[in-house]
Amino acid sequence: MSLPTVSESPLDSMPVNETRAQPFTDSEAICLQDVCVRYRIPSERIHSFKEYAIRRLQRKVHMRDFWALQDVNLSIQRGEAFGLIGNNGAGKSTLLKLVARVFRPTSGRVLVMGHVAPLLEFGAGFHPELTGRENIYLNGALLGFTRDEMEEKFQRIVDFAELWDFIDSPMRAYSSGMWARLGFAAATDVQPDILLVDEVLSVGDEAFQRKSAERMESFHENGATIVLVSHIMTLIERMCHRAAWLDHGQIKALGSVSDVIQAYRDGQANPG
Amino acid sequence: MNKISTVPIYDSAQRVSPALEEFKALFQYNNLVMQMVRRDILTRYKRSILGVAWTMLNPLGTTLVLAFVFSSVFGTENYAAYVLSGLISWTFFAQTTNACIVNLVWGGSLLRRIYVPRTVFAVSSIGTGLVNFILSLVPLLLVILVFGIPLTLNALLLPIPMLFLAMFALGVGLIVSNLAIFFADVAEMYAIVLTAWMYLSPVIYTIEALPPQYLQLLKLNPMYHLINLFRAVIYEGRLPTLQEFLISGGIALTTLLIGWLVFTRNSDEFAYRV
Repeated sequence: MSLPTVSESPLDSMPVNETRAQPFTDSEAICLQDVCVRYRIPSERIHSFKEYAIRRLQRKVHMRDFWALQDVNLSIQRGEAFGLIGNNGAGKSTLLKLVARVFRPTSGRVLVMGHVAPLLEFGAGFHPELTGRENIYLNGALLGFTRDEMEEKFQRIVDFAELWDFIDSPMRAYSSGMWARLGFAAATDVQPDILLVDEVLSVGDEAFQRKSAERMESFHENGATIVLVSHIMTLIERMCHRAAWLDHGQIKALGSVSDVIQAYRDGQANPG
Repeated sequence: MNKISTVPIYDSAQRVSPALEEFKALFQYNNLVMQMVRRDILTRYKRSILGVAWTMLNPLGTTLVLAFVFSSVFGTENYAAYVLSGLISWTFFAQTTNACIVNLVWGGSLLRRIYVPRTVFAVSSIGTGLVNFILSLVPLLLVILVFGIPLTLNALLLPIPMLFLAMFALGVGLIVSNLAIFFADVAEMYAIVLTAWMYLSPVIYTIEALPPQYLQLLKLNPMYHLINLFRAVIYEGRLPTLQEFLISGGIALTTLLIGWLVFTRNSDEFAYRV
């Protein structure tokens, strides 16, 4: 094993990888191995502890298992733009949440290399009583940034969101579009290694939509891996290299975008 | 060090100890804890005229009422200072453990959307409580000075009982908020438990006023020891015995450890449950 040669030469800017114990190949950004996710749904809703205790004594706690993902194997290369399609409830968002560490798989293994920016829901942590400024700092902390990092980012975030006029007003005074703009700007301020996008390209007005799409494309050009969930096939076709069709928690098709979309449409036309 | 080694690798299969991992993650997210404490304090006082003063006026008001009602009953000379010192340590415990439940349930919607260490909600609740606790020391000192109770150098030991109270509250808060995620009515039940617990703790009544046979029972209550340690240094102005330190510290540490282990064992499930 060779030691990494630390070189300041700009020619030698390729990262040296040999020294790190590699859980999976160098070129992969995301790897799912035999991943299953189970939601346990009580067949009758048990709200209270009292009810639970009584039923437990009567041995009447029935859980129905719902497998949101079943034996999913997937490998996404670094720098790839990957599309996920499928009907509602097929497991697309669950898959993104596994990568974002929101869920841990029930079984199987999830490997993620790099910094993940989850564009799952913007402004999830915004508080209406706080000003935009205070919320940017709070939101940054939720994403794991330090205070110093946030000082540095603050200016750029407000610039991008175009909200200088309102930055010291409490966010309850914001329109929903302004709310989303600030959320997008805060979540995408720095180039992430992996960008998870879940149906969120419809943020703000048309000008802002274009601006946010441009930002994501520029991330991609700079080497970020993108996983995109969308029902808009033209968007998947335009942005992605490869795609997967998820159906009832299983991968039904995987490969080039056009093939997968074709398979999905065929599947919709003749179900079963 | 080459730069690439800072690229984080997440491997869901590599789990040594959830309790330790959570501790490390919490440390990385220390800024989040600070921000949440800040948010709690700012939002609490933003729309009120007197602002932070309420933290000080509130226990003072309650003390006035209690002192008026009970001082002849218990006949203690400095009853106002006695009850206030008990009240602010009890209020700290009751408010923070309750806040653990509220914050985790509030954070529930957050837990389903992004990853944050699950313990930040409880830890920041304790943080907010500590700020309020420190602020409420101001009226306590005021009452102590007004009644001419001698302040000794032992008052400088005050951070120790406060730390023990915080550790105990964090342990209890982790356990009850964990339960509250699974059963919605735990929050209601806990409110009743707190009321009973307060009357089983020497907050309002003096220990001398109790029939001696109850004293042994009272000693089974952890809050008895924690409140007494707090009172010893500031109200009685004496140096607590080593035994008092060890019992309180032992209770605090054990509760915190149990709470932390239980909570981190279950916390992977939270995102599925909320």
